Amino acid sequence: MSLLKVEDLKVHYPIRGGIFRTVVDYVRSVDGISFELQQGETYGLVGESGSGKSTTGKAILQLTKATAGSVYFEGKDLVKLRKAEMREYRKDIQMIFQDPYSSLNPKKRVLDLIAEPLRNYERLSPKEEKKRVQMYLDKVGLNPESIHNYPHQFSGGQRQRIGIARALTLKPKLIIADEPVSALDVSVQAQVLNFLQDLQEEFNLTYLFIGHDLGVIRHLCDRVGVMYRGRLVEEGNSEDILSNPQHVYTKRLVAAIPDIRPEFRDEKLKMRQDVKKEYEQNSEIFFDHTGRPYDLKKFTDSHRVALP
Amino acid sequence: MNKPILQIENLTTSFQISNEFYPSVDDVSITVNENEIVAIVGESGCGKSALALSILGLHNTKRTKLKGKINYRGQDLLSLTDSGMNKIRGKEIGMIFQEPLTALNPLMTVGKQIEENLDLHTKLSSAQKKERALQLLGQVGIPKPAVTYKQYPHELSGGMRQRVMISIAIACSPSIVVADEPTTALDVTIQAQILDLLKEIQKETKLGIILITHDLSVVAEVADRVVVMYAGQIIETGTVTEIMKNPLHPYTRSLLNSIPSNNNNKDRLHVIEGTVPSLDRLQRTGCRFSPRIPWISQHHHEENPTLHEVNPGHFVRCTCYKTFEFKNKKGGPAINVTSKS
Repeated sequence: MSLLKVEDLKVHYPIRGGIFRTVVDYVRSVDGISFELQQGETYGLVGESGSGKSTTGKAILQLTKATAGSVYFEGKDLVKLRKAEMREYRKDIQMIFQDPYSSLNPKKRVLDLIAEPLRNYERLSPKEEKKRVQMYLDKVGLNPESIHNYPHQFSGGQRQRIGIARALTLKPKLIIADEPVSALDVSVQAQVLNFLQDLQEEFNLTYLFIGHDLGVIRHLCDRVGVMYRGRLVEEGNSEDILSNPQHVYTKRLVAAIPDIRPEFRDEKLKMRQDVKKEYEQNSEIFFDHTGRPYDLKKFTDSHRVALP
Repeated sequence: MNKPILQIENLTTSFQISNEFYPSVDDVSITVNENEIVAIVGESGCGKSALALSILGLHNTKRTKLKGKINYRGQDLLSLTDSGMNKIRGKEIGMIFQEPLTALNPLMTVGKQIEENLDLHTKLSSAQKKERALQLLGQVGIPKPAVTYKQYPHELSGGMRQRVMISIAIACSPSIVVADEPTTALDVTIQAQILDLLKEIQKETKLGIILITHDLSVVAEVADRVVVMYAGQIIETGTVTEIMKNPLHPYTRSLLNSIPSNNNNKDRLHVIEGTVPSLDRLQRTGCRFSPRIPWISQHHHEENPTLHEVNPGHFVRCTCYKTFEFKNKKGGPAINVTSKS
């Protein structure tokens, strides 16, 4: 059984208009996507801003109400659960947020920030709690003595590690990482990516990694789903997606990965121009008459593409 | 062919921290030629943005001391008065900032913001200004200039806003544009578009561009020459091919090794030990990078590291590059997870 199975998940937001504020249309933020995560793997959800990848993450955690579809976590449909029942599952699914500057409460000390989930679910004496927090601080490579500091006393990478420590305290099974490195310098990004990999091994974690940078996704993920306008347009192993992209939108993402070799500069530019041309001229091959991507179809055993 | 437009000579920019001045940019000399993109690379806190602000004279004059020379076409920018600098800023030297949403005025339409620059530096009539603004919006690849002209920044996407910023920067046909992390806040696909656009504009107008970034892969995509800065100093400089093919300084090599697409899948990325020291704690004698490569013994460093020309045009500071090796030869982890920071 897969750890997480998302089935035909939809999140639509109503657009109201007219004099009576009636619902005239919907913003189809997530428009029928399905994927599965096996225990211990890292699944990358990649797409541009506005493609619905963060909304998908939130809908899995039930932070946003799904309009339709199911989210099976260990076989249980989270969408159908009542709030009180969901509480138990929240322990098992944790989230790491994008911006370490706005996701930590500036008025709370590190101890309180990291202990907050513990206080919600476990009854620990202050002493035990402190011990637990210090253990996790040590795990993410921060000084255990710094529990009385405030977020502003840390650098961006350190803050992101506080966010990671906080997500780990309840020993979750699944971590949804929503662009955890997008706001960081390249050198700090390396640090955080390494941590995520080590922690995965140590705690046998499963990651849903949301990002826009295929370079990072390729480095970290076993399988990748490419999102466009709330739909998956391609899904497969990292190698399938990076070396043999089929959908024009995936090609666009691949062509945008900056290349470290300056001698390939012109080649890359030409590739981007070709993809752009293909995108403009052959859009009817890849999208139906409303501009909506088709359903995923099997391309090879591990690789699915949204073609008619 | 190499016609220098901007020559920065021994520039030192010092900031005041509790009554003391600490140099954030330390004795930096850079020449920018016509039709050339010079990239300045380093982690945050290395003095890249301070350098950009000094060139444009946008620093806080009370709490900042500048030494050295910034020659722009024979004029020393540092000796200019405020009004003299106002004539150059925006007209001769354009600026593109990192975060277009905070740099653009939310209460002004896009068209008005472009025209504001033209108001200051040209004597065009309002009809001519509008025409120029529309033409600029077209030039930066905005699909419907006439519509965007009347829109406010919040109505545009991040990439479109950055295009508007570029159009403001090039409105008065400057000969130099300083771009401070122009793509850091953008998606990778939009980043590629903006970089392509910058290159295209640079080719058309023979601009000199100073591109400030922390991402060496962006540098590899667009720059002609690279200046790597660490703790206020230039530690390596050369042509982009030279730096990417034959990086010498440990800092440059570490930065290159930390890029995910420069590594095999699932390999551990290289992490540079420690952090960039803050201004008041920085050791100003000896090799400034040495605390971050502690396994290299002190006698490999110079006492007063200077820039050495190793190949024509390729300069490296300090002698530690000669013996430097990563802790783990594969370029793997130099730091393990449980170590304290």
